[in-house]
Amino acid sequence: MTTPPTRAGAAPRWRRVLAQTDFEARAILRNGEQLLVTIIVPVMVLIGLTQVDVLDIDTDGMSAIDFFTPGVLALAVMTSSFTSQAIASAFDRRNGVLRLLSTTPLGRGGLLAGKIAGVLVVGAVQVLVIGVTAVILGWRPDAVGVVLAVVAMVLGAAAFTSLALLVAGTLRAEAVLAVANLALLLLALAGGVLVPASRLPGPMEHVALLLPSGALGEAMRQAFQHGSLPAWSVVVLVGWTAALGWGASRLFRWH
Amino acid sequence: MPDSPALEITGLVKRYGGRPVVDGLDLVALPGQVTAVLGPNGAGKTTTIECCEGLREADAGTVRVLGHDPVADAATLRPRVGVMLQDGGLPTGIRAQDMLAHVAKMYAAPRDLGELSERLGLGSFGRTTVRRLSGGQRQRLALAAAVVGRPELVFLDEPSAGMDPQSRHAVWALVRELRDEGVAVVLTTHLMDEAEDLADHVVIVDQGRVIAQGSVRELVSGADDQTLRLDATPGLDAAALSEALGDGLVVTEQAAGSYVVVGTVGPATVAALTGWLAAHDVLATRITVGRRTLEDVFLDLTGRELR
Repeated sequence: MTTPPTRAGAAPRWRRVLAQTDFEARAILRNGEQLLVTIIVPVMVLIGLTQVDVLDIDTDGMSAIDFFTPGVLALAVMTSSFTSQAIASAFDRRNGVLRLLSTTPLGRGGLLAGKIAGVLVVGAVQVLVIGVTAVILGWRPDAVGVVLAVVAMVLGAAAFTSLALLVAGTLRAEAVLAVANLALLLLALAGGVLVPASRLPGPMEHVALLLPSGALGEAMRQAFQHGSLPAWSVVVLVGWTAALGWGASRLFRWH
Repeated sequence: MPDSPALEITGLVKRYGGRPVVDGLDLVALPGQVTAVLGPNGAGKTTTIECCEGLREADAGTVRVLGHDPVADAATLRPRVGVMLQDGGLPTGIRAQDMLAHVAKMYAAPRDLGELSERLGLGSFGRTTVRRLSGGQRQRLALAAAVVGRPELVFLDEPSAGMDPQSRHAVWALVRELRDEGVAVVLTTHLMDEAEDLADHVVIVDQGRVIAQGSVRELVSGADDQTLRLDATPGLDAAALSEALGDGLVVTEQAAGSYVVVGTVGPATVAALTGWLAAHDVLATRITVGRRTLEDVFLDLTGRELR
């Protein structure tokens, strides 16, 4: 065919995806529970870890805010790209929202693109709120660290969004509610997110470095504290994204 | 030149866990017509529609939507086909008007939202979140979303479910208008009056197959054009009554005390019936003679037992 592949009835693809991105981001930021888990909890964790003196943790000679802020940002990425996205997608799937939107010109591909972009928008809002809070508390990241951390956060968001879609597309909505919160807690505790993997007991250190949570946490700390991006973390995050993305695309049930 | 079909289904088979839900179904829907797919619950109506919407893949048979394969050519079809799902599929945390505006953004030249909202009475709850809408309000919003992109073919899965009479009439008026604009409308329903009032073509489906189809007029006419219904005491001897009526008329007790006489009912039939009842000292509480309704046809074809 020589006719251009324009579809008379559909808006241009970029407009459809932009509309869906806006829709997804607003849906999360408007929802009280989602706002709590993605913004308020990480900010409270940051304030708790740095301002309350009950925890006696060796900060490797750094100030508490320099030591903990990278991990809190990693935790924030996990809440928005995994917990919040898994729960929202699972209920949208149960309520037929995914099916209805996939019959519009948006399609399944556009829906997915909109979801991923929506996660990044929410992530940007999180980083802004947490970052500004940390700066007020005395955090002074350098520019190289910020750039590398953004790369790490995008890689982390990709891995955790893939996990979210795998869980949301295969389990019942109520089960996702439980699994997503529990998995966040386990990954945060066992995964070397808030504290370096080297502080974890025995073999947990090695397990943590293989988990996407540990890889993201390490990458964030290295970026901000040493101005470098650990190759191992990048490999782990890319590997998880590929495996989980493949699983989600194979196993996701729309009904 | 006759219009080519908007929808053409041939030998569709869809199994869930080996059990056929749709089992060799054929269906044609034309532009500018309302095609009603009528059937009891579990007949395979929704599964058939979902195969046409590209939401499910057929196990066998072919589906052609506007001449295209609904799965392989989904991207081509999505802007041209409007869908209203049975379970709504509306996001719940958003205001009704924002939901409609969002769907409208997917199309190059959507309908005027103000006009569409007014047509379907969405204005009164436009600022209410979808979660708080009544069933009928949600249905009207879902219908608006299905037609906002000016589709050539619309699938409406039980559009009147949960609607009050006012909503239903607003929906029916819009469906007629779409038809008059040349849109092919395919709707599923188990509301007889909906099919009777709205449909140009009725397809009766049971156990995954088409068991009858035609216009309402074609379906209700036939050899037994007239039916006689009798309400009296339960347990009358139907065989003896049939014999007394003669002319090959058959009496059946469809529910306790509710009888139907099928055959060529004439004035003599009524006289013979009342004579037989008098002779047996039975008082009829109601005798009606009339045309068969679509409901009669439907129940005759699909059976009267509950399932």
